[in-house]
Amino acid sequence: MSAVTSGEGLQIVGLHVARGKRAVIEALDLPPFASGELAVIAGPNAAGKSTLLRAAAGLLPSRGQITLDGQDLHRLSRAGRAARIGFMPQRPEGRSALPVLDALLVAMNAGGGIAGGTLRGRAAEAHALAVLDRFGLAFLALRPLTALSGGQLQAVALAQAMVRDPRLLLLDEPTSALDLGRQYHLLSEARALAREGRIVIAVLHDLALAAQWADRMVLLDGGRLAASGPPEAVVTPARLAEVYGVNARVERCSQGRLMVMVDGPAKAHDRTEAGDALA
Amino acid sequence: MTDLLAQRRRRLRRRAALVALTGLAALLSVLADLMSGPSGLPMGEVLRALAGSEDVARGTGVIVWQVRLPVAVMALLVGAALSLSGAEMQTVLDNPLAEPFTLGVSASAALGAGLAIVLGLTLPGLPPIWAVPANAFLFALGALGLLQLASAIRGGGTEVVILLGIAVNFTAAALLALVQFVAAPDALQQLVFWTMGSLANARWEGIGVVALALALCLPFSLAAAWKLTALRLGTDQAQGFGLDVARLRRWTLLRVSVLAAASVSMVGVIGFVGLAGPHIARMAVGEDHRFLLPASLFAGALLMSLASIASKLLVPGILLPVGIVTSLVGLPIFFLLVLRRGAPA
Repeated sequence: MSAVTSGEGLQIVGLHVARGKRAVIEALDLPPFASGELAVIAGPNAAGKSTLLRAAAGLLPSRGQITLDGQDLHRLSRAGRAARIGFMPQRPEGRSALPVLDALLVAMNAGGGIAGGTLRGRAAEAHALAVLDRFGLAFLALRPLTALSGGQLQAVALAQAMVRDPRLLLLDEPTSALDLGRQYHLLSEARALAREGRIVIAVLHDLALAAQWADRMVLLDGGRLAASGPPEAVVTPARLAEVYGVNARVERCSQGRLMVMVDGPAKAHDRTEAGDALA
Repeated sequence: MTDLLAQRRRRLRRRAALVALTGLAALLSVLADLMSGPSGLPMGEVLRALAGSEDVARGTGVIVWQVRLPVAVMALLVGAALSLSGAEMQTVLDNPLAEPFTLGVSASAALGAGLAIVLGLTLPGLPPIWAVPANAFLFALGALGLLQLASAIRGGGTEVVILLGIAVNFTAAALLALVQFVAAPDALQQLVFWTMGSLANARWEGIGVVALALALCLPFSLAAAWKLTALRLGTDQAQGFGLDVARLRRWTLLRVSVLAAASVSMVGVIGFVGLAGPHIARMAVGEDHRFLLPASLFAGALLMSLASIASKLLVPGILLPVGIVTSLVGLPIFFLLVLRRGAPA
């Protein structure tokens, strides 16, 4: 079948995504995402980060090539895509009074069921509860979603994305409602999920957090690839001036982690220099 | 952990019991409906007449079978159909106020009826007795078709559908007022009576139409229960689970169209049941549509059946139009429930 090309991992080549009539992403090529690594997509507002993630999840129509382990995602059915991809939205709504465990069962059953719909009844319940337990959420199982805090909702959304044991996990700003401790727990969980052999891609706004957790970073700007590679190669003063328009320092703390400190707006000649450096 | 699962099992059993109980209450209400009227009948008499027993007076048999049973059964089915369509509409349009009545379906049906009654604009070749229901049916379908179109053009967005529904409601009401303005007195009286919603003209053929609509739609509704529940979690998540949300909205609105058009065309404008039935069901069994849909069905049937009884008893000797009763009696009870339980989700 021509849909199957060689290449393990997630490959994105020549991707176009439009929202309405406006092209948000045009002809985007990204280096392949490999199993076992936690990749972080960063970039300024309106860079196309969420759009990229939603296109990969199949929530937005797109043109171009998105292949997962050689399989063209555009040719898969929705159910087929949902079986391989877990998507955690930016803002889980939490307006439903459905109990948490039921929300996980819905995530399993609504799109045709996991494991070909064979996991049903008590077995399905036990599976959903085990997933909640893995994330330390079993105590919430019977509470309605409306009674959860923003942080708990995000944690439940991660459990929902994981309940079908997807090969590819897409997290859209998973830490936006979390305090320091919960940020740590969620990202170490995301890293652990990657180490188990999944591809995990998270959109993060906080560059220091991104630099701390990412095995690899992808920096987007205006729907284009600005930089990609290990965090220390991506998060540099020149690039921050270029992409974010700020005059920033990137320094290592006593433990060797990258810290980002913004001192002010980028001066005009900084931006040109950065532009020259990129050219 | 096993505790949690056992606790959940108990909850599920309690919900199933509540659903069954509501269904039973609806059936008992039908029995009470058969017993009440200008000449009250004892329960034993009604049951014997239903069983076709020989030792029942002929008059009683006629009252039960030909006068009261069509009304009681029509109330049951119309209540069930309107409430089910309300429940599905509230879910797919993500709005607790959505129902055929609020989104202009009833008003459009009334306009269709008005055109037939006042101006004699009907489909050719129909027997006169079907002219009004046929018009109402077509106009109700047309109104929901407009909503479908809006939904399709906007890629399944809900706000536009709601706004358009409200616009359809007011437009149809204005056009109906125009029709009423030019109507002759006797035609006007007939039309006003129709817009109040009445079970008095229930006939077995009409019951057949509503029953057929229910039989066609209900299996698909129940089969879509998981998907409809997923929609309550938000469009993003539902799509992430592999759901084609636009397609789900389209098919659900089609079912709603058939149910609402069939009901409204047979009994006229009946508000409130499509709104209150689902809300009461939701308060009782929650948002899991495997329970919510049947609970809505039974709650609507029960409400409508109780309204049918009340329409006979409120003013002794006079049969009030049931549409008036559902609003007058039902709304205060409904608000009491809502205020006691807090705002429905």
